[in-house]
Amino acid sequence: MKARHWLAASIGVGLSAALLFCGCEGMGEVGAELGRATGVLTNSEAESVKRGAAAVEKSWQDLTPEQEYYIGRAVAARVFETYRPLDQPQANAYLNLLGQSLAVFSERPETFGGYRFLLLDSDEVNAFAAPGGLILVTHGMLRCCENEDELAAVLAHEICHIQAKHGLRAIKQSRLTEAFTIIAAESAKQLGSEELASLTREFESSVGDVVMTLTTSGYSRTQERDADAAAVRLLKRAGYPEAAILTMLKRMDERLATAGGLGFAKTHPSASSRIDALKPTIPTAQAASDAVRQQRFAKAMQPVLAGQ
Amino acid sequence: MKKRVLPLLFAIAVPIGVGIAFAAPMSVQVRNGKVRATASQLGKTVATVDYGDVVETGVVQSGWYPVTMPDGTKGWLHESALSKKPVAMRTGTSDVETGVSSDEVALAGKGFNEQVEAKLRAEGTLDYTWVDRMAALEVGAEQIVEFRRQGNLPGGAL
Repeated sequence: MKARHWLAASIGVGLSAALLFCGCEGMGEVGAELGRATGVLTNSEAESVKRGAAAVEKSWQDLTPEQEYYIGRAVAARVFETYRPLDQPQANAYLNLLGQSLAVFSERPETFGGYRFLLLDSDEVNAFAAPGGLILVTHGMLRCCENEDELAAVLAHEICHIQAKHGLRAIKQSRLTEAFTIIAAESAKQLGSEELASLTREFESSVGDVVMTLTTSGYSRTQERDADAAAVRLLKRAGYPEAAILTMLKRMDERLATAGGLGFAKTHPSASSRIDALKPTIPTAQAASDAVRQQRFAKAMQPVLAGQ
Repeated sequence: MKKRVLPLLFAIAVPIGVGIAFAAPMSVQVRNGKVRATASQLGKTVATVDYGDVVETGVVQSGWYPVTMPDGTKGWLHESALSKKPVAMRTGTSDVETGVSSDEVALAGKGFNEQVEAKLRAEGTLDYTWVDRMAALEVGAEQIVEFRRQGNLPGGAL
């Protein structure tokens, strides 16, 4: 008996040493297997340890990048039901050049399917970041930008929402618990039709939670401030003047004052409060937008802005 | 007997731990991962990796892991492209190779995935036409470098 205790203690010490180096993922599993292999734990005891480790509640953080990608695609598809995409290939190509050239400088440059951008045919001043990297910008928001640097500020803010997975955090925990339970209960790779139907319902509800947050209720003020602060860091790394976010916000404030409570106004803190929060972090004197950037912005967006 | 067990376990567990810290297998968590020649998103692509592929990684340096492919090719992957957790069930990849349990792999490989999207498409619940069009708007590293150069943005490379 004594020898068994010594053995168990030795395994514990050995595991602790390994943990120091390799983190803690799957350690319930490793402990159970090691315990079983060395005879310290019986098979049934080992199974119990494994089940205990697996029973830890899963959350949005446990969604894999692939799952995030499929949620994001459905969120974008849902947004398109309300906001029609703007079919302007030249403008959308430029938007993607700008957006994807910014995304490589983000703290999360890689997502499952990559970052993509699209204009929406809506006068509402708004932009949406669907999980995984699908970013949608309305015509109304584009009109708040006078140059490439200001549009870069809008895109940087949205990229930072994706970086921080703010969209996924909007999914109610009950849906995820249900979804993970369905997944865990079925050991085969392909789900049976009943399980698939249940899982699809949870998926639709989860997508609904994200769409509701993006279009109606908005992220929290803290999340918006965090996205603003991260956007300033991103602009700086990518070489754009950080002050562009301030001039963009000022113009947005003016537009919102005339447009009423649509779009950003209902889902974001006021532009003036965002400016106040950002100002101390941004150098006051910065050069105006580069002439080449100004020119290519005007050229790419002319067909869109001409119709305003 | 017991005197010999403790050093033996240390001899096994500690080197395993140290080994994992400096050369650990990690899973690729992006669909089309590009292994770069340098630690830069705009670096030359020396190999491509798929979602769920397992690569050997070294010590992370400013967000970049030096990686070694199963065929011996070496390069760099950004940490956002890699996961210490298993991300997908891979046929032909044994649990021994990935160092994870079947349960974990099964959990990661299912869920909100293409099977669910296929059901929504089949039912006509969601229209993915524009989502697919968006997905096609990929910009290459060369285009980004040129876009930045023309726009007088500093650096040009990361």
